Amino acid sequence: MQTQASVGRDTVKRSRFALWIKSYWKHRYLFLMLWPCMLYFFVFKYLPMYGLVLAFKEYRFLDGIMGSPWVGLDNFRDLFGGREFPRALRNTLILSSYKLIFGFPAPIVLALLLNELRLMLFKRVVQTLSYLPHFLSWVVLTGIFMEIFSPTRGIINYIISELGGTPIFFFGDKNWFRTLLVSTEVWKSVGWGSIIYLAALSNIDPTLYEAAVVDGASRWRQMWHITLPSLVPVVTIMFIFAVGGIINDDFDQIFNFYNPAVYEVGDVLSTYTYRIGITEMEYGLATASGLFINSIAFVLILITNFLTKRLNNYGIW
Amino acid sequence: MSLSIGKKSFGEKSFDVFNVVILGLFALTAVYPFIHVLSISFSTPAAANTYGLKLIPKEATLEGYRQVLNNPLIWTGYANTIARTIAGTFLNVVFSVLCAYPLSKKYLPNRNVYTLLIVFTMFFSGGLIPTYLLMKDLGLLDNRLVLILPGLISPFTMIIVRNFFMSLPEEIEESAKIDGANDLRVLFSIVIPMSKPIIATIALWYAVSHWNAWFDALLYLSDPNKMVLQTILRKIVIEGSSQFQNFDTYDPVSNTNAVTPDIIKAATIMVATIPIICVYPFIQKYFVKGVIVGSLKG
Repeated sequence: MQTQASVGRDTVKRSRFALWIKSYWKHRYLFLMLWPCMLYFFVFKYLPMYGLVLAFKEYRFLDGIMGSPWVGLDNFRDLFGGREFPRALRNTLILSSYKLIFGFPAPIVLALLLNELRLMLFKRVVQTLSYLPHFLSWVVLTGIFMEIFSPTRGIINYIISELGGTPIFFFGDKNWFRTLLVSTEVWKSVGWGSIIYLAALSNIDPTLYEAAVVDGASRWRQMWHITLPSLVPVVTIMFIFAVGGIINDDFDQIFNFYNPAVYEVGDVLSTYTYRIGITEMEYGLATASGLFINSIAFVLILITNFLTKRLNNYGIW
Repeated sequence: MSLSIGKKSFGEKSFDVFNVVILGLFALTAVYPFIHVLSISFSTPAAANTYGLKLIPKEATLEGYRQVLNNPLIWTGYANTIARTIAGTFLNVVFSVLCAYPLSKKYLPNRNVYTLLIVFTMFFSGGLIPTYLLMKDLGLLDNRLVLILPGLISPFTMIIVRNFFMSLPEEIEESAKIDGANDLRVLFSIVIPMSKPIIATIALWYAVSHWNAWFDALLYLSDPNKMVLQTILRKIVIEGSSQFQNFDTYDPVSNTNAVTPDIIKAATIMVATIPIICVYPFIQKYFVKGVIVGSLKG
């Protein structure tokens, strides 16, 4: 009995394996397309994850990743015990909060104002112009802003001195560097960010407005009672995403903007990781720093997705 | 969508005027920085060094552009950027489609496992140093392929294509299969011709990101002949390194027939940016569509 049963189980197992092979063979052309792509993800996305063990090692060039000695949590102790990493963490959180406070409402306000425009051509022109910065790299924009904020020629300092102030060296002044980062980031992203809200606004049922007009509601009341409530779901979701991204700093912007004079207020996690990793070649420390950021970002993404799914069956996957 | 019946109240009219003024000012702030730099790029040193609003250069000269266009590095950068944009975009599109098509088929064995493996890479990665060391081990340092291979398939874009494929009617594909066509033939002769709009859209996304990319070239390439436009721009404009400027030196004393580094920088910015500014009014609608599609369930 015993042997018979195990033989039976074996046949089931074998036939299941055969079925599996058969189904793969049946779709062989699909796998011919898919597997090279999976190989790409394996080599360029999963192999580097193996390198994360460096976070717990002291990297030695001659020994490679495998041969370098384990050091346990020493790298993390060094990071948190040092001066620069906690500063970078603090700067990241401060800058993200500023960007949340000023950058989050800006596209909503822009979308509401655009939505109230009755001149369609003007609306299209404003929209198109406001998207322009989104198409340019931070390298180009840094070059442009260095000119705009220049203490000797820039338009901003011209206005400041016309108003009786003294010119400010925005790129090198600790008191102004964060303002510079946040304002230019909002400038770059406000137009593009409004698209999602404009899409939501165009989905509002026009009969609601017609009914409100019949009832004698002013445009202000229409906005208050129809437009704003209709935006609540999309605003809620965007807000959760924005909070979920609080650990992600804008490397492209800050790396091009900053210099040693403003490290105190502008050095963030990603730029710090780059400096100790690539410039100072402290591979173990830099990997530990990267792993720390990635893990927090990953947990935040999971929480974000859970919350948005709970809210209205909307998730990223 | 003018819904108001009858006359507008005074309050509404003044709001309309206020709204147009505010948005007009806003549009001006969006473009002014570009006009400012454009104006400087055409200016003489004396005009560029004055304070104030710069809309039209007071004394226009092409000297800045002459110097920039005489710099061989700019042309190297252009050639490399165009090469990576064309080759990179082509490979990006081919592999994104090849990856998306099988995953769009509900009957593909283990489809969810493959999808999850790909989506996971959007949210977790090895990070800077492990990736750098891998590129080194693969022999990709100072190799032009490093600008193309590491970003071959963007999971987000691939998912958008997959969703598009899933929305196509299955009947045509099925009848072709009954006639004996294999999946490869179905993809190339039926699905791809039906998907031209989405393919054009993702090609533009990839192309703009190749054009603007700078960090990969900065990190992995050190040979000046392999530099892309953005890294050269960065060297000249941000780092201001003189070895990359290679321009006639500016003599602040005589100040004649010369240009300042700032005019050179402005002209360099414009030379690198004008292609994008010229095409973007025509391509922006494809990007807008992407934001809206991407915001729906991916």
